[in-house]
Parts: sequence; C-alpha cells; structure tokens
Amino acid sequence: MSVDYMPYVREEKLPHMWCPGCGIGVVMKSMIKAFEDLEWEPEDTAVISGIGCTSRLPGYMKVNTLHTTHGRAISFATGIKMHRSDKHVVVISGDGDASAIGGNHLIHAARRNIDLTVIVNNNHIYGMTGGQYSPTTPLGAKASTAPYGNLEPAFDLVKLLIGAGATFVARGHVGNGRQLASFIRKAFAHKGFSFVEVVSNCHTQFGRRNKMADPMNMVNWISDRAVSQKKWENMSAADQEKHFPVGVMFEDTEQAEYCERYEKLIAKLREEQPA
Amino acid sequence: MSENGHGVKFWPGNIVVAEAAVAAGCNFFAGYPITPSSEIAHQMSLLLPRGGGHFVQMEDELGAMGAVIGASLAGAKALTATSGPGMSLKLENLGFGYMVEAPCVVVNVMRGGPSTGLPTHPSQSDLMQARWGTHGDHPTIALAPAFHQEIFLETIRAFNLAEQFRMPVILLIDEVLGHLSEGVVPPERDAYEIVERAHDSGEPDKFLPYDVTAGDIPPFRPYFDGATWHTTGLNHDETGFPTTDAKHIQQDMYRHYRKVLGNRDVIDKVEYYMADDAEIGIVSFGSTARAAMAAVKQAREQGVKVGLLRPVTVWPFPKDQVYEFGRDKKYLIVPEFNLGQMVYEVERAVHFDRPIKRVNKVGGVPIYPSEILAAIEEVA
Ligand code: SF4
Repeated sequence: MSVDYMPYVREEKLPHMWCPGCGIGVVMKSMIKAFEDLEWEPEDTAVISGIGCTSRLPGYMKVNTLHTTHGRAISFATGIKMHRSDKHVVVISGDGDASAIGGNHLIHAARRNIDLTVIVNNNHIYGMTGGQYSPTTPLGAKASTAPYGNLEPAFDLVKLLIGAGATFVARGHVGNGRQLASFIRKAFAHKGFSFVEVVSNCHTQFGRRNKMADPMNMVNWISDRAVSQKKWENMSAADQEKHFPVGVMFEDTEQAEYCERYEKLIAKLREEQPA
Repeated sequence: MSENGHGVKFWPGNIVVAEAAVAAGCNFFAGYPITPSSEIAHQMSLLLPRGGGHFVQMEDELGAMGAVIGASLAGAKALTATSGPGMSLKLENLGFGYMVEAPCVVVNVMRGGPSTGLPTHPSQSDLMQARWGTHGDHPTIALAPAFHQEIFLETIRAFNLAEQFRMPVILLIDEVLGHLSEGVVPPERDAYEIVERAHDSGEPDKFLPYDVTAGDIPPFRPYFDGATWHTTGLNHDETGFPTTDAKHIQQDMYRHYRKVLGNRDVIDKVEYYMADDAEIGIVSFGSTARAAMAAVKQAREQGVKVGLLRPVTVWPFPKDQVYEFGRDKKYLIVPEFNLGQMVYEVERAVHFDRPIKRVNKVGGVPIYPSEILAAIEEVA
C-alpha cells in the first residue's frame, strides 16, 4: 500500500538540513508510515526533541512539535503527556542527546512506564557538534575527541532500557526501513513506555573517521551486522561480538501505564470527596 | 495545618505557596526534593489530584523545569519549587521558558550558598541569580513577599503575571518564611482575579505561535487545539521556526523586554512603612524587611525620622520608586541577608548620589532588628 507522507510533512521547510544519505531520513519516513497506519491525526500528535542532528526532525513534521534543550526532551514530553494523556507523544533523539546528557530522563521515564515512545537514532557519534565520541561509539572507533580510538565501552541501549523497566523495547536499523517501520508502529501502539533504538549512519562524522565516508558503506556495515534476536542467541560469543540483534526485544503488556494510574487516583479521590 | 477561628489558617510559608497556587488555578506541579522547599511539593502532591491536576516528582531539577514548561505549552498552569542549588540546575530550562514564552511559576526558597551551603538556614543571596542566572538577555519578573498573607496574594499574582505576559515568573522567599508558621486568611474566590493567557481564536491552520501584529504578547494556543505548531529554544520568528536574521532577532529580544518594562504599572509593587516624613530611608525586601520594620518602629520611638521602602516586585527593580524615595534622604540604609546584592540597584536608582550604608550578613542567622537599629543610630 502506498503511503501518503505529505499530510505529516511541512513541505515549506524542505529541503532539510541533513547530509545527503543521512540515516535520519529513514527514521522520519518510518515514523510517518506508522502515524498513517495508526491514523494518528497530526493535531493530536506531538513530537518532541532535544539537541543534535536528529533533534531537527520535528521541524519537518506537520504535527505539534517542540525542539527543546540538550538531553531534556523526555522531561518536556512528560509534562505534555501528563497534562494531556489522551494525546500521542513521541520523543525523537540522538544517542548523545538521549543516553549521555539525557540518560537520567531516559531511564526514569522507562521506570515510570509513562506512555511515551522514545526513538533513538543511534549513529554512534555527536554529528552536529563535530564528531565527538558518544556513549554508543564502539570501543576503538575514531572520533574527533578519540583520535587514537575510543577507550570507552559502549552502552547497549536495549539492555539499558530493559533494565530500566521499559515495557516495550525494540531495535531496528536504517538498512531495513520496512522492518523499522513495523517496530516503530508497534512501539506507538504500545500502551506504556516504548523504546526503539535505530542503528543508523552518520557517514559524515562517524563514517569519515572510520573508513566509511560513503553513506552506503556505513549502511552496509550496519546491515551486515544486523541479525534476528533468535539467530544472535545461537551465535558463538565471538560471532555475537561482530553482530547485533534486531527485533522486538522485550514486551510487557500487563503493567499499568503511569498516566492511567494517575487518572485512577483522581477518579478515586473524586469519589471519596466530591468537589 | 491548624485553624484558629474565622478562617484563619496557621500555615508555614511553603504551605501558603501551595494553597495559593491551587487557588490561582495551578493544575500541574513537577519538582525534585530539596530543603527548604520540599513542603511545597508535599502539599502539591496532596492537593493536585483532588482537583484533577497532576503532580510528578521528577528525576532531577532540570527535568522538573522541563516538565513544567511542557505542561504549560499543553495548556496547564504549572508550578515548580526549589532552593539555591536546585535553582542553579533549573536555569538552562528556565531560559528555554523565556525563549518560548511559556507561562509558569518558579519558587526559590532561598538558603545559604554558594554550592550546598546552608540547607536548613535562610539567606537572600539568590536575588541577582533570579535576574541574571540563565544565560542570554531576557527580562525577569520576580516577586518577594515578606508576610504570609502577602505570600498568598503574591503567589496568585505570580501566576497572573506569568499568564498575562507569557513568561516564567519567579517567586523568591527564604527558609525563614518557608518554615515559619503565621496566620493567613485565604481570600474568598471572588476577592481576587484569575488571569488566563490570551488565547488565539483564529483559524487553526493559520495559527502563528509568535504573531505579534496585535501587540507584544503573542496569543497562545495550547498543543492539541486544532493547530500543529512548532517552537524551539533557538531564536525564532513568528512561525516558531529558527531564524538567524539579525534585525528580526534584535527586534524580538527588545519585544521581550517591552513585555515587562512597558507594563511596569501592572508589574511594579512597593510598600512603604513610616516613610512620609522620613529623613533616613531603608530599602529592604522579604524577611529582612520585617526586621527593618521593627527597627524603624524602635527608632521612631526614639524620635529618629526613618522610613522604609520595601520592594515586593524585586525584578524589574523599582528604580523610579526608589529614586523618589531616596533622592532627598540624608542617608539610605540597605539591609539584606547576603553580602550585598540589592544595594547595587539602589545605588544606581539614586544615581550614586546618596550616602548608602550596607547592612549585610550571611551564615544562617537572620539580620536582627537591633543590627538595623544600630545602623540607623550610626547615621542619624
Ligand atoms: S552530520 Fe551525520 S547525523 Fe548529522 S546530518 Fe550529517 S550524516 Fe546525518
């Protein structure tokens, strides 16, 4: 089925500011597919971001959009969602934004099980600020602040979020847009905190320093390492090192959502003590 | 919370803030535990869900400020409360609130600093932080009530000013006021006004979030109200989208200033005490002004003609009122519970033309009336 993207795009804001071939475009396309599929009306939807290349995405989307401070998008989204829990609230963020400066909000929103979807475009680098290493830069990879190779082990965002209590956790990648769109759609439809890591390419800042200056080289580097969770589990430890699992990695539909808990409390207090 | 007849409540200042916030229509609170402001959060967590509002204890101060601004943009009347170190943390997102013009109220129950300082002791050392704390140019509205009844009314006024001028408003109290219990008579609902932000009522798809063609305060439309709009902490134009047009940015930043400085008749507030024939003038705010009033009274009993000007709105600083009050005074005295902050504004207000005596103190023990009296006697 063909997707009509334009109702969700601010056409007048194009062309976009991203480098040709940047993975963020695939994420945006997947999000719109999911919006359309779930029939989320633009005026009933909000997309919130922090700072970075990925965080410029809301500007191109014709929904309610808020471009906030570095790392803090989830906190703004929490206020919006709590006040209007009947609406759809999505956070789009980069790896540095979400898991370094914003890491605290990420784990606590997950723990709260508030009905937000957080999508992290993980391109392993700080793109906008000039290629500094991020919490997800692979060990040994080069960055503008790791000229001799990164000495810090990377976060596994999926494990981090499962550990933090997220009730839906998926990982996709920009080499498979169709699959990614299905993960994002499932995340949007999930009642509770949902998280999608998108393994993505920043050939400009990461690729260029790591022998993958061409976008397709970096996308292939990603696609070649992506395997299903099942396949990954059956791999030897040495093989696992060279791959990463994709799929819906965790799902719990039993746990009550935070805003629902709150609305229940309000209803109970009203009953006990009518205004 | 005890009640002693005729509607008089005997409440600590922090409880007064929370009760007044709810009376002002506040329906959202996000905070983070910090002494000596925590009782505001306690009370909000108790009151808000009863009225259908929402309380959340965030994972940090920046998060609390972010949630408050988010809720505000979705249409809520939102409050957060903190103290010194927490205020320092909030500042980045507070600046975001100024930039996107999100109405909200931020309470700073001042304690000693810098750093962790004196968590359970008062101070007035965040006066300049309230004005200049976040980076960049912006106007500030900050209110500093001195009595519990006034805390109630100024909390309501803080919400009203935030709504009217579409910006964060800071309420400055301190540990003494926050923890001291004092009688308050909460006003009946019809005795005070509740201001709502001006709402855009045009076609949703023609909505411009920063349309200032009709005045300096852009009409507001909450998220999910038919329109789809954007805003950002980047300098932006009337569409809410970033701009680097120097001319536009300069005009827009001046507009922000005009919102406040062009409406001083609504924003300014000073109180006088025995000021009519005073030859010596005291300028003091908040809890220290209470000690100053006691000192004025005692000095008057000794025949010294001394009077007080007490800024209730501390930012914008009431420079014209201080000039009028101070220009013919033999001496001015500025007692403040810090090492000298408001005195700079007083000096400027009187064109550096009057002798000024500072009375300063830090360390957690408030300035006593006797210390201010001694200063009066010295210059009398
Ligand atoms: S710098 Fe990297 S992340 Fe940013 S737009 Fe270019 S490719 Fe994309």
